[in-house]
Amino acid sequence: MSIICITIIFPLLYIVAVSFSKESSIAEIGYKLIPKEWSLDAYKQVFASSGLIGNAYLVSFFVTIVGTIMSLYLTTTIAYVASRKDFKYHKIIGMFLIFPLLFNGGMVSSYIVNTQLLNLDNTIWALILPYGVNVWYAFMMKGFMSNLPMELIDAAHIDGAGEYQTFFKIVLPISKSGLATIGLFYAFAFWNDWWLSMMYITKNELMPLQQLLQRLLSNIEFYLSMMPPGMKDSMGGIPVEGMRMAMTVIVVGPMLLVFPFFQKYFVKGVTVGSVKG
Amino acid sequence: MKQKIRKNSTRKNLSLFSLALPAIISILLFAYLPMFGLFIAFKDINYSKGIFGSDWNGLKNFEFFFKSQDAWRVTRNTLLYNIAFIILGLGMAVVVAMILYDLSSRFVKIFQTVLFMPYFLSWIIIGFVAYILLNPSMGVFNQILGFFGKEGINWYMDTRPWPIIIFLFYLWKNLGYNAIIFYTGLMGIDESLYESARIDGATRLQQKIYITLPLLKNLLIIMAVLAVGKIMFSDFGLFYYIPKNTGTLYAVTDVIDTYVYRSLRVVGDIGMSAAASFYQSVIGFGLVVGTNFLLKKFSPDDALF
Repeated sequence: MSIICITIIFPLLYIVAVSFSKESSIAEIGYKLIPKEWSLDAYKQVFASSGLIGNAYLVSFFVTIVGTIMSLYLTTTIAYVASRKDFKYHKIIGMFLIFPLLFNGGMVSSYIVNTQLLNLDNTIWALILPYGVNVWYAFMMKGFMSNLPMELIDAAHIDGAGEYQTFFKIVLPISKSGLATIGLFYAFAFWNDWWLSMMYITKNELMPLQQLLQRLLSNIEFYLSMMPPGMKDSMGGIPVEGMRMAMTVIVVGPMLLVFPFFQKYFVKGVTVGSVKG
Repeated sequence: MKQKIRKNSTRKNLSLFSLALPAIISILLFAYLPMFGLFIAFKDINYSKGIFGSDWNGLKNFEFFFKSQDAWRVTRNTLLYNIAFIILGLGMAVVVAMILYDLSSRFVKIFQTVLFMPYFLSWIIIGFVAYILLNPSMGVFNQILGFFGKEGINWYMDTRPWPIIIFLFYLWKNLGYNAIIFYTGLMGIDESLYESARIDGATRLQQKIYITLPLLKNLLIIMAVLAVGKIMFSDFGLFYYIPKNTGTLYAVTDVIDTYVYRSLRVVGDIGMSAAASFYQSVIGFGLVVGTNFLLKKFSPDDALF
C-alpha cells in the first residue's frame, strides 16, 4: 500500500523540485529530487511573461465558474423532473437521459455540429456549452432526489407554492449535499478540461490553462514567443525545463491544496454512483 | 371538482416540463444532434457546399479507412488495452480495496486522499509526470538505469516498453478511484458475516474468497459491463499526451480516438475520420446491446435495461 502511495507522490515531488532547480544543474545531472542548486529563475520567468498566463487563468476561472453554475442548474432541474413520479412524462425523460449513455455520435459529428451548425469555434461558449448536462451526473442526482420525501413536496403544493417555487425553495435547499458533490465534479471537469479547447480554440486570448500547459510540453518555440523581447538575453539562457515544471506547479498547486478538504464529497459521489450502478 | 384536478395536473405537467426544458435543449443539441450527424460518414464533405449540400459518396469513406493499414492497427490497440484495463485494472482495484478495508481507519484516510488524488489531475499534467520519468537525457528512469551501470533507453523512440508504460499510467490515474468504488462497496458488507465465519474457523484468506468476493460480484459485473460498452473508446489523453503524440510510437499507442482526431484536425480528412468515428460508435452500441442481451439471458438481475 505504501509503495503505491510512494509511486503516486514521488513524481509529483520531482516536478516541484525541478521547478526550483537551476537550469544549468538540471542539464548537467538530470532531474533530482533535491536540487543541487536552488533557483527561482523559472518562477521569475513565468511571472515576467505573465500576459498569456494571466489571461489563461482568467479564461479557466470564467469557464469553471460559469460552467459549473450552468451545469448544476441544468442537471438538477432535469434530474428533479425525472424523479417526480407524478409527472406524466417522467419515464420518457428517464429514457431520454439513458440513451446517450449507450450511444453517441462520436467525435466527428460532434465537431461538425458544433462548428458548422452552432458556430461555436473560437468562442468562449465552446468551452462551456458542450458539457451542459453530463447525463451520468443527472442520473446520480435523479437517484438522490428520488429519495426525497414526497410529502414535503405535497405540503408545499397545499400551501399554494407553484412547481418552480417548490423546486427552488424546498427541493434545492434539502439537496445541498448532492449539489456539493456534483458541483465539485463539474468544477474539476471544467478546470481540467483540455479537450474542448483542443478541438475548438485556436485564438491565444481564449486559451485556458490546460491548453497553455499542453503547448509548453509539446513546443519550446511557443513559449519563447511568450517572452517579452530582451528577456532572453538578460537571464543568460532560458530555464526551459524549470519553466515547464513551474507552470505545472502553478496550475496544479491550488487544486491539490483544496483537494483534501473536499475529498469527502468526492467519496460520497462515488458512493452514490456505485449504488446506482 | 374533477375538472379542477385535471386542469391542475395539466398545469403541473406543463410547468415541470418547462423547468426541464433548458436541460432538454442542451442534451438535444450536444448529445442527440451528433447522433443524426453520423450520416456525414456517407458524404463527401465539402464545406463550401455545406454539410447538407455535399455529395453522397456511398461507402467510399469506409473503403478508404478499411483498406488502410490503420484500421486494423487502431482497432487492435484499442481492444487489447481496454481488455487489459478491464481484467487487470479492475482486479487490482479489488485487491487494493481489500487491503484498505483491513487497515485501521486513521491510515485509510491518508491513503484514500493520496490514492484519489491522481484521478483529479488532467492527462496534460500527467504528461509532465511521464516526461520527468522518461526524458532520455535527464529523466529519472535513465538515471536509475545508469546507477546500475546499464545504458539508458531512448523512451520516446522505442516501441517495446510502451504497452507496459501505458498500462502503468492508466493505473497511476485510475487505480485509486476504482479501488475506492469497491471500498465503499465493502463498507456495506455486514460485519456479522465475518464474525460467524471466524467462529466457524475460517482463515482470513477464506473469509476473503467466500464472503467478500461473492458480495462484490454485482458491483464488479456492473463496472465490467459499463467498461465493455465503452470498449471501442479510449481515454484520449492517455494515448495522446503520455507518448507525447510521437509518430514512431503509433504502432503501439495509436487508438481509434487518437486516429480519428488526427485525421480530422491534423490531416483534415473529414470523410475518413467520419467513417472511423461511425464504425466506432456503431460497433460500440452493438456491444452494449449484445452484452446486455447476454446478461439478461444468464444473469437477469445484472442487466442494465
